[in-house]
Amino acid sequence: MSAASEVPVYHRRKNRGSTDHRPIKSPFLERVVRSVLRFLLIGAAAVLLSSCRLPYLGMYRGATTQGHDTFKLWTGSLLAAMLVGIIVLSLVLWSVFRFRKRSEELPRQFRYNIPIEIIYTAVPVIIVCLLFYFTVNTENEVDAVKSDPGVALKVTAFQWGWRFHYSGTDVTVLDTATDWPNSYPPAVLPVNETIGITLVSADVVHGFYLRQIDFSRYAQPGVVNRFDLNFRREGVYHGQCTDFCGLYHSEMLFRFKVVSKSAFAAWLAAQERLQRSTNGQYVAAHSSSGAGGSLSEVAARRGR
Amino acid sequence: MTLLVEQPTVPARTPPVHGQGPSGLVKWLTSTDHKVIGTSYMVTSLAMFVIGGIMALLMRTQLLSPSGGVLSLHQYNEMFTMHGSIMLLLFAGPFASGFLGNYFVPLQIGAPDMAFPRLNALSYWMYLGGSIVMLSGFLVAGGAADFGWVAYAPLSNATNSPGAGPDLWIVALILTGFSTVFTAVNIITTVFYLRAPGMTMFRLPIFTWNMVVTALLSLIAFPVLTAALVMLYCDRHFGTHIFEVQGGGVPVLWQHLFWFFGHPEVYILALPFFGVVTEIIPVFSRKPLFGYIGMVFATIAIAALSTGVWAHHMFTTGVVLLPFFSFMSYLIAVPTGIKFFNWIGSMWGGSISFKTPMLYCVGFLVTFLIGGLSGVMLASPPVDFAVHDTYFVIAHFHMVIMALVMAGIGGIYYWYPKMTGRLMRESIGKVSFVFFLVGAWTTFMPQFVLGLRGMPRREAIYSPTMGWTFLNRVSTVGSYLIAISVLLLVVNLWISWRYPIPSGDNPWDGHTLEWWTSSPPPPHNFTSLPRIRSQRPTWDANHADLAAAGIITTGVLGPSGIVGHGNNGNNGGHDPARSGSRTGLTGHQASSATGEGGSSNSLTTGTASLTEPSQSMSKGGMDPLSNRDLTGGESGGRPSDSYRRTSFNDGQPGLGGERT
Repeated sequence: MSAASEVPVYHRRKNRGSTDHRPIKSPFLERVVRSVLRFLLIGAAAVLLSSCRLPYLGMYRGATTQGHDTFKLWTGSLLAAMLVGIIVLSLVLWSVFRFRKRSEELPRQFRYNIPIEIIYTAVPVIIVCLLFYFTVNTENEVDAVKSDPGVALKVTAFQWGWRFHYSGTDVTVLDTATDWPNSYPPAVLPVNETIGITLVSADVVHGFYLRQIDFSRYAQPGVVNRFDLNFRREGVYHGQCTDFCGLYHSEMLFRFKVVSKSAFAAWLAAQERLQRSTNGQYVAAHSSSGAGGSLSEVAARRGR
Repeated sequence: MTLLVEQPTVPARTPPVHGQGPSGLVKWLTSTDHKVIGTSYMVTSLAMFVIGGIMALLMRTQLLSPSGGVLSLHQYNEMFTMHGSIMLLLFAGPFASGFLGNYFVPLQIGAPDMAFPRLNALSYWMYLGGSIVMLSGFLVAGGAADFGWVAYAPLSNATNSPGAGPDLWIVALILTGFSTVFTAVNIITTVFYLRAPGMTMFRLPIFTWNMVVTALLSLIAFPVLTAALVMLYCDRHFGTHIFEVQGGGVPVLWQHLFWFFGHPEVYILALPFFGVVTEIIPVFSRKPLFGYIGMVFATIAIAALSTGVWAHHMFTTGVVLLPFFSFMSYLIAVPTGIKFFNWIGSMWGGSISFKTPMLYCVGFLVTFLIGGLSGVMLASPPVDFAVHDTYFVIAHFHMVIMALVMAGIGGIYYWYPKMTGRLMRESIGKVSFVFFLVGAWTTFMPQFVLGLRGMPRREAIYSPTMGWTFLNRVSTVGSYLIAISVLLLVVNLWISWRYPIPSGDNPWDGHTLEWWTSSPPPPHNFTSLPRIRSQRPTWDANHADLAAAGIITTGVLGPSGIVGHGNNGNNGGHDPARSGSRTGLTGHQASSATGEGGSSNSLTTGTASLTEPSQSMSKGGMDPLSNRDLTGGESGGRPSDSYRRTSFNDGQPGLGGERT
């Protein structure tokens, strides 16, 4: 991502290493440890740099209110995990460096320390209970479903594409794997409005996933999933099937275009007009592929 | 104890005469010796590791560029399906239970072999058969199974995945599933019935404990998988509709059944390697294990909890009770944390020598830390919604599994001298460790970020505009480093075998019974056994001078008597009398000495030693040869009887003591 910016870091590390002339006790081990550390630092720097423009190591902030709740929970649990991780890692590294073998003398042969053992059993229980408390709160927010959403969207996943049907209208948007890697016709949705999604699958298990909203849900045969999304701001959001569903799984993309409420109403009205003028034959799909194409067309055109 | 002393002497019986037996290929084909079968398991599972690894490398090479170009979509799908199936079910599981468990459990408990040697051989051959069946999928028209190793219905039905490849996959899993169940039965029986005199359950080496718990878990998990696979097969061929919506079936049932197996399976893989780490760290820290009892109960708790968390793989299905499975999953962090702190406690205040096995264990600790903590984060359903089926999850479980593989390689370096009488090359070992650690982190740390940036798993191609290309390239480079490390491991195994450096019987100053016998062990493992009065009988015997002087107290239930002369086990191999006493035996002597372990004569000595260690030392004498014969004795006795009686009663004397 930012390959150029990591070069200076490498040089800095190198210089610092070469000016270090501390006495070495166990030359080989020292060298091994040092090279490991150096590699790790460079690797960590590369990864960090590649995601440095991204807040919270790459996690999206959640474009929906639900996703934003998830994001806050994520941030909290990441910080908790890092804190625990740093403490434990320091203990490991401290033991490794401090208690290296220095003489033939046997160390003290202790086996138990009941108070410490109780502490490190009890503290994780408390941490876990806290995490669980926040999890349940967030989970209730994320899974809350309104009985009267502003827009009811029925999403049908199939091999290999998505069909978005606006309930109460004749409007349908179809995204199929034929469009890859060009842009997919977006399903247009209003901002700051509850969008009630009903998710089903026509064949196998698929995963409905939009990375910017920090949310996914399986589309499964025999199961009807309901969830709400409230987009906080306008924009284009990239969706993708996450659960492996067969040959063209990689190409099962879709897009949501979130616009103002008035723009959404205008779009919907235009789509309905088109529907009427074509006697219900029109399906919004990628312009170059006309009406989207049936699966046999997909297979014929791909030839893979 | 008085009962034991007074028991009538059973008249000597002529032991069966064992000839040299077959050698070469015939030996490998016909043997029921757990060591031969264990070695077969090791070789086969490492071969599977290499095959699965090559598939991983092909996939990583494909992902170097967004548009792929190395594999077709179909080939890529075959690759990740077979990579997962092979690595989990044909490499990690058989390596842990089949090789490590099979080979070292009898040695660690002082048993001559597994309880059911022929069942053991059957397990191996079913495993080998299953492996060949699975790989043969590549040879049939339509190719191997390509629905992911989880085989979610209805993608795995006859309509969506036609052909013989998926059928071969199903049959292979059924075969290896039975093999795992047989091995589990064998290990449980062996540990419950064939422990040496004095080896109470709370003196079992922790590796053996972990193997027992693993075996119990296998008995719970694998039958469910086998049943589910039979149902799937019926759906595919006999017109049932168990997992089909058409006809009233329930596709989600497959996920429930699969993960009811699948999550315990994670611990079936993990626990043995936890056990390996728990063996290695104290030995190289030259200390007893810290918090033995906590460790045992943590292992049991992990196993128990793991049967109640399967639906955390199904949070995004929308049909499971989220809070229950979330809390159960969180709870697993507690016993796992106990284990982690016990490992640290075992190093704390120690005198750690960083031989290759120990280095790998440190690698395990730091890598498992990342894998474990990301797992705790995933126990939260909303967080799981955000990253489910993305590379974040891939990175999470691969960090765990990389840690386990490091523990496994550490185990190879640790026990190779015991298996062969040769040391492995430290220099190559250390270099390969560096490659492995750096490789694992370079491969999988970027995948955490990839997952957060929204890259779904199981994608053969991806859009170049998503910003995933650079991180994928870093990851691929890392995977090549791992490959180099594995290559170095293979080279090391070969060089160390071909140009031997004699290791002696006990190169690490080991704690447990396998370090008492010769390297490699004789056909029936032991010609003698030391007194078992703690969790580290071999160490006690080799440091008896310190124990007698009261410097060291050891044993779970208090200071205990230790028989044996301090003969510096850590420079084993340089004392001809010592190794001669254990290696130069014919099969005849070996079996008689083992079978009669714990005759009444030797136990009398043992009782005395409890009260007066110094006296027992004098009885043991300065001559290593006579010392070895403490439990062997000259008098006869029916093997099974003496085992049962003595192991039952022998744990008693220590009970009055206090924990130290």
